[in-house]
Amino acid sequence: MSNSSIRIQEKDFDLSVEIAALRKNDPRVGAVVSFLGTVRDMNDGSQVKGMTLEHYPGMTEKALQEILDQAKARWDIYQTLVIHRVGPLLPEDQIVLVAVTSAHRGEAFAACEFIMDYLKTAAPFWKKEDTPEGARWVDVRVTDEAAMARWNKT
Amino acid sequence: MKLELRFFASLREALGVSQESIAIPATVKTIVELRAHLIERGNPWSEVLAEGRVLRCALNQHMVDANTALQDGAEVAFFPPVTGG
Repeated sequence: MSNSSIRIQEKDFDLSVEIAALRKNDPRVGAVVSFLGTVRDMNDGSQVKGMTLEHYPGMTEKALQEILDQAKARWDIYQTLVIHRVGPLLPEDQIVLVAVTSAHRGEAFAACEFIMDYLKTAAPFWKKEDTPEGARWVDVRVTDEAAMARWNKT
Repeated sequence: MKLELRFFASLREALGVSQESIAIPATVKTIVELRAHLIERGNPWSEVLAEGRVLRCALNQHMVDANTALQDGAEVAFFPPVTGG
């Protein structure tokens, strides 16, 4: 049994509830790795008062499904979950959760990092920050492109 | 050929358009040719879609490169590099 779950939503989520549901009734699981992304109050030297996340409904779900399928083809993992929030968010808010279950930690760690690196460069989300100097669209990070590219070198 | 255009994030704001149905001439066959065709409309299109601007595009909700062939009835989206996560 192998399953993936993708949710794009405005509302917040509860990490422990999500993890419990992900590994429920699956005694094969010996490792759960999760990544939680949160809103910082500083970016590129400016204070961030809040942000709005826009996405491309329809394509977002397809892009994430492709990423999860690639992770499953590459590592021996069981369940995968991506929750990404959209709409208005404030500093300290949770933005994104990626969680992976596996028999052993090595596969789960690698798959979780892979999913997150690909999400950063291939899933159609855009952040607009509210700063004291006005609203601005966040620029793409060169380090994000590099983080994704390294998965193709090995 | 008829296409459904979509624009997102900073492009959507700068163009003042999020969605548009268009009919394009037969000479426009690829994504990059469509971009050039839209640039011919003048400002703000020529500025927002200018060659030097780094854009991403999707055909029927899949990210594709600029030389990809268009298909009749396709949904074509232009947007800046993504910044989620």
